Amino acid sequence: MARLARLALSEDEIEPMARELSAVLDHIATIGELDLDDVAPTSHVVEMTGALRADEPRPSLPREVALSQAPAVSDNGFLVPSPQA
Amino acid sequence: MSATNVLDLSASDAAAAIADGSLSSTELFEAYRARADGDRSAGDDGLNCFTWVASEAPPADSPGTLGGVPLAVKDLFCTEGVPSQSGSRILEGYEPPYTATAVSRLTDAGATLLAKTNQDEFAMGSSNENSGYGPVRNPWDRGRVPGGSSGGSAAAVAAGLAPWALGTDTGGSIRQPAALCGIVGLKPTYGSVSRYGMIAFASSLDQAGPLTRDVRDAALLFGQMTGRDDRDATSLQFPHAIELPTAERLDGVTLGVPDELTGEGIEAGVLESFRASLALAQELGASVREVRLPHAPHALAAYYVLAPAEASSNLARFDGVRYGMRTPDAEDLLDMYTSTRHDGFGAEVKRRIMLGTYALSSGYYDAYYGRAQRVRTKIADDFRAAFAEVDFIVTPTAPTIAFKLGEKTADPLSMYLNDFCTVPMSLAGIPAISIPSGLSDGLPVGLQIAGPAFSENKLLDAAHALETAIGFDGSSARV
Repeated sequence: MARLARLALSEDEIEPMARELSAVLDHIATIGELDLDDVAPTSHVVEMTGALRADEPRPSLPREVALSQAPAVSDNGFLVPSPQA
Repeated sequence: MSATNVLDLSASDAAAAIADGSLSSTELFEAYRARADGDRSAGDDGLNCFTWVASEAPPADSPGTLGGVPLAVKDLFCTEGVPSQSGSRILEGYEPPYTATAVSRLTDAGATLLAKTNQDEFAMGSSNENSGYGPVRNPWDRGRVPGGSSGGSAAAVAAGLAPWALGTDTGGSIRQPAALCGIVGLKPTYGSVSRYGMIAFASSLDQAGPLTRDVRDAALLFGQMTGRDDRDATSLQFPHAIELPTAERLDGVTLGVPDELTGEGIEAGVLESFRASLALAQELGASVREVRLPHAPHALAAYYVLAPAEASSNLARFDGVRYGMRTPDAEDLLDMYTSTRHDGFGAEVKRRIMLGTYALSSGYYDAYYGRAQRVRTKIADDFRAAFAEVDFIVTPTAPTIAFKLGEKTADPLSMYLNDFCTVPMSLAGIPAISIPSGLSDGLPVGLQIAGPAFSENKLLDAAHALETAIGFDGSSARV
């Protein structure tokens, strides 16, 4: 699960994490007691119409601004380690 | 006006004094800036409310509706060129190239940016102990928590270090700290304030709102925040203008008391204050009756599926590539992602990401996320049915008064139970306000009033009438 979440966990973090998550999952399991067969899942809490805006092109962030907060940049792009070192 | 007088003014009164020329906006800003700066440089002797404080007053120009009154803003609102880290070390050094719509609407209306406030990391917490900047202390008792996640905003307003502040509420993060600090906090109808530029936690629940000394200030600030924003497709045009509340009576108003949120698990002193508020409401002309919210006891379980699920998706963007910190010397790309996220996120954020990833994983989606969305429908139906019978639903805001620092950090579930009374309204997307109802053991207790979607004007009026009758005195928390 940690790998799926792209999280490294050290050996001493795994045991407390598992214990705490088990307690929370036990609490969450109480929603299993309800009869919800004919209930529609919520998609949005407030009824609304007209969420679409006109599809008009507008300027986006200039490249140097978009790159200005990155830990590493090179050749006008984000610099990252190789996928296969 | 003398410096102490200036700081005693409510934000509305300060705006009026600036408008009639009896107070200079620069003088007011400098008075607050000096206090905020003092807290920031006091270290362990201060409250640790702020993550950034303005270094100078902005140039005085047209005051606008908000009259040049300084505003403290929760760290998670992006503010151009000003550090915005959502309380997290993973965004170390991040200075956004743009400003959140909620903030720019307020500065356009004349508010001036005084400071950014401390918070639980990515707004995940009920005590402000999960911050990458260290915990905030409660100005009523420095050994206790201010609540969370908008703990810095609540403590700053209660302590008189800021006239008012902006916070966000996902499951109670405006209302619960407002209650624990003895101030007013409003969570508006979902969609009434744009989420553009708010560093996201759980997008279907996150909503910005005011933390203020009184209900009138909350109405004044909220009224300038609302409106449709093309940059947030879930934002709505509020159907009417927000008016300043004037009501002093509650004649013809029916308050509903749900047994599910006013009994088991609520501390005796909190219940006593709650019942005293109900008696006062009746003296003001309100009728009080029981209502049922049969699915409300399941709200917390549904919330702790939905909010972590959305968080695990929203927080995938923090990977050491585009902003913030990166753990050096990674072996390869995957190692860079996982080690940056290990070093940059705190323990609670990791727990929620794990929980959300699990709830959304193949084979578990229907049992967790799908089921929780159905519970959410039932909770919204419960409120709809209740509001056919009553105007507002009232509960205590939090089950206890402010607890001691460190008291609940070892047991995440006991921390989550703080949101027991506030989460149902969040899931239903309806507005709710917390006002101080009195003291228990010398610490503030909050009264929560919730209404149907877009009922903010009536809600603020009812809160104003009750606030006036309660006559809460928060002055002993001012530092």
